[in-house]
Amino acid sequence: MILSGSKVIDADRQTVWSALNDAEILKRCIPGCQEMTGNADDGFEAVVTQKIGPVKATFRGSVAISDVVPAQSYRIAGEGKGGAAGFAKGAATVTLEDDPEGTLLTYDVEARVGGKLASLGGRIITGVARKLADRFFENFQQALAPEEKEAEEERAEG
Amino acid sequence: MPADGGIGASTRRREDVRFLTGKGQYTDDINIRGQAYVHFLRSDIAHGKINNIDISDAENMPGVIRIFTSKDFEGVGGVPCGWQVTDRFGQPMQEPKHPVLAEGKVRHVGEPIAAVVAETREQARDAAEAIIVDIEDLPAVIDMKAALADGATKVHDDLTSNLCFDWGFVEENREAVDEAIRNAHHVTTLELKNNRLVANPMEPRVAIGDYDAARDEHTLYTTSQNPHVIRLLMGAFVLGIPENKLRVIAPDVGGGFGTKIFHYQEEAFCTFAAKAVNRPVKWTSSRSEAFISDAHGRDHVTKIELALDENGKFLAVRTDTYANMGAYLSTFAPSVPTWLHGTLMAGNYTTPLVYVNVKAVFTNTVPVDAYRGAGRPEATFQLERVIDKAARELGIDPIELRRRNFIQPDQFPYATPVALEYDTGNYQATMDKLVEIADIKGFAARKAESESRGKKRGLGIAHYIEACGIAPSNLVGQLGARAGLYESATVRVTATGSIAVMTGSHSHGQGHETTFPQVVAEMIGIDPGQVDIVHGDTSKVPMGMGTYGSRSIAVGGSAIVRATEKIIAKAKKIAAHLLEASDEDIELKDGQFTVKGTDKSVAWGDVCLAAYVPHNYPLEDLEPGLEETAFYDPANFVYPAGAYACEVEVDPETGKVEIMSFCAADDFGNIINPMIVEGQVHGGLAQGIGQALLEHCVYDENGQLVSGSYMDYAMPRADDLPSFTTDTSCQTPCTHNPLGVKGCGEAGAIGAPPAVVNAVVDALYDMGVTHIDMPLSPSRVWSAIQAAK
Repeated sequence: MILSGSKVIDADRQTVWSALNDAEILKRCIPGCQEMTGNADDGFEAVVTQKIGPVKATFRGSVAISDVVPAQSYRIAGEGKGGAAGFAKGAATVTLEDDPEGTLLTYDVEARVGGKLASLGGRIITGVARKLADRFFENFQQALAPEEKEAEEERAEG
Repeated sequence: MPADGGIGASTRRREDVRFLTGKGQYTDDINIRGQAYVHFLRSDIAHGKINNIDISDAENMPGVIRIFTSKDFEGVGGVPCGWQVTDRFGQPMQEPKHPVLAEGKVRHVGEPIAAVVAETREQARDAAEAIIVDIEDLPAVIDMKAALADGATKVHDDLTSNLCFDWGFVEENREAVDEAIRNAHHVTTLELKNNRLVANPMEPRVAIGDYDAARDEHTLYTTSQNPHVIRLLMGAFVLGIPENKLRVIAPDVGGGFGTKIFHYQEEAFCTFAAKAVNRPVKWTSSRSEAFISDAHGRDHVTKIELALDENGKFLAVRTDTYANMGAYLSTFAPSVPTWLHGTLMAGNYTTPLVYVNVKAVFTNTVPVDAYRGAGRPEATFQLERVIDKAARELGIDPIELRRRNFIQPDQFPYATPVALEYDTGNYQATMDKLVEIADIKGFAARKAESESRGKKRGLGIAHYIEACGIAPSNLVGQLGARAGLYESATVRVTATGSIAVMTGSHSHGQGHETTFPQVVAEMIGIDPGQVDIVHGDTSKVPMGMGTYGSRSIAVGGSAIVRATEKIIAKAKKIAAHLLEASDEDIELKDGQFTVKGTDKSVAWGDVCLAAYVPHNYPLEDLEPGLEETAFYDPANFVYPAGAYACEVEVDPETGKVEIMSFCAADDFGNIINPMIVEGQVHGGLAQGIGQALLEHCVYDENGQLVSGSYMDYAMPRADDLPSFTTDTSCQTPCTHNPLGVKGCGEAGAIGAPPAVVNAVVDALYDMGVTHIDMPLSPSRVWSAIQAAK
């Protein structure tokens, strides 16, 4: 499965870059992330609970960062084992560019699932991945600019 | 219909009383005191090198008794293949080892890597999750043609390539066929795929191993179509257990459709582990596991060419097929695309020249083997599709083109150019019957009516023949079978005249417990209720080659006839003694032995009593008791044939196909129980229509099975099917078995797919559609319509 997209984040490039290397922020942004430890240099360890189609599984795995060009781009690759549910593995190339409204983040993701995940959810995996990517960036935006989020909510309530 | 429930009576199935009231005894219903449970850790990648298996954490999990890997099976044989095909250069096929647990490499998603035996099923599963397997991904080989390309990754490193064999048949005809095709007035060519299927019997596979250390005896309970074959293969080739120390029981089995013929690793594992841990060991497959561990069916890619003369007479058929074997050779896998397929390429027709080339290919997928029809549906599909295409190209009515080429009724016995000799048949008669029951004349009006509603209506015809009643042992031995294909029966009469028939045929839905007593009761003239069938236990039945290839009544039934004939011969001698007459003067009718031309008679029950209470008995000439065994080896295959018509409506906007009617005129020879035969035809048609419209087993390019559940693998449901019209009145009895019977179990699955596809192509032909590969899902049909625009 291949997934590409881009998103304008309302924050400057250095802020976005730091957040992309911050275990705590990544944990808050990755949908279903239970634990995230480690750092960008040595790699992260993650525990993520995710539902794909009818299969709900907890994936344990490692995430490694490579090809780093500071404040500009990196490649993030991970592999998670979901026990009886099978496995998910993937890698994303993330590129940052200045944008009048903040920072333009572009990503190209290549992902594979195997085992029961593939046999039960293989055909819906692209839709699920797109939804997860959208949620990640929603969360990411919120993590970087929480005030605006609250203001929006106030407006909505008003 | 005879009132006595003998041959020809539509007796209700007696086994249904227990099946319908929840009293069936399936393998999973069996629980042995002290049993432990096994969970198999299966590969979730298609191809990889196993660097290490770390069981240290898992071993200490609660309830774990022992964890097995391939190291525990050193010195244990692989699961054997029961058929050796010789390629067209005279070399034996490439035959890789098929280990019980993966050795060094995994070669398909679902291959067992390790097995955890624990106190409970849940504990076994939990511990399996704690096993750490270090596997290095290797490129998966999925597409058959890519698998044969130079430099392709090899599924088996110790083989020279992924080619299992390159088979040619009839090899001597190769050049003559090429020449006939070069010089023909017209050649129709069709490239097609026979879609890969998952058998999906209602009951998933189950195995329980039990070991009696005091007696050094093994028992395996298993969901098998042929327990004796499992005993032989597993005892002799895998585990080295003498047959007298190994009992295999296949109790009630909930459907097989071929996939329960084969000997599987799980059976060998449970038998082996029961001794190793000294506990009964039980495995019950989940449905998800069944998708990735039961042998799959079909999966052929074929190019067929049909050469015709200016009158539409068939001159030659040439085919080029790639047959997927999967990662390992399942028990009968090599026979399916070869001897069960190439020999049927003459069909019902007088085509003088046939050449079939089959390349069998290893891929990183589940092994592929026999599935209802096994090779014969693949043959029939190609042939009946290419004939239909030729008829359209030449502007000849498809029924007329078939009629012009039929083997005529006076040509039997008919030797085909592909090694078979059809003993009987009357294809004009079945086609006549079809034209009548399908109201072919009224089709134009029905089509016009459909058009008025914006629907495209199509009529599809197919005429199949199959070779079943498998098979003459000496013949299949020459063709590479590593087994004989006779059947045995023991008829045991009690002192009070009731009868137990021990048969090597196994019933897993076929209704043997009803049909076989009808035969015995008819021969003796007693009530069928006095006759019971015993099957599925190697300790009770002398020998059995099992149930597949529509062989039960033709081979197993014939063995019962032969054993019953011996019983009658002996009973007549006893009756002659009691009546003080000569053997030759004794007649048996309606359960009474009578001295010819007199009113002196003695009843069946009195003769049986005399056999076991031999006070007045010819002890000097005759042993007491009344029990006889017969082995029957058929002289030939049997050749059922039939004409099928399918009418469809296609919605040109959505591509949705609806089957409006399906008519089947079959010739099964003599029929023992018409109701059961009709049921077999219905079931076969449902599976054939399932293949044509719905079912498709799909791997992605990495070898992941993406149709691994009923969300993505569409089984036929009642509302996908019309009310079938069936007819079995055309009967040309088999000439070489005592009942004159042919098989009926696979017919529907063989004849239905081409009828359905021909119908859809007929409906869309004026839009430019000439072929669509199965399954004809709405998206495929819609896409074909768009592509033709």
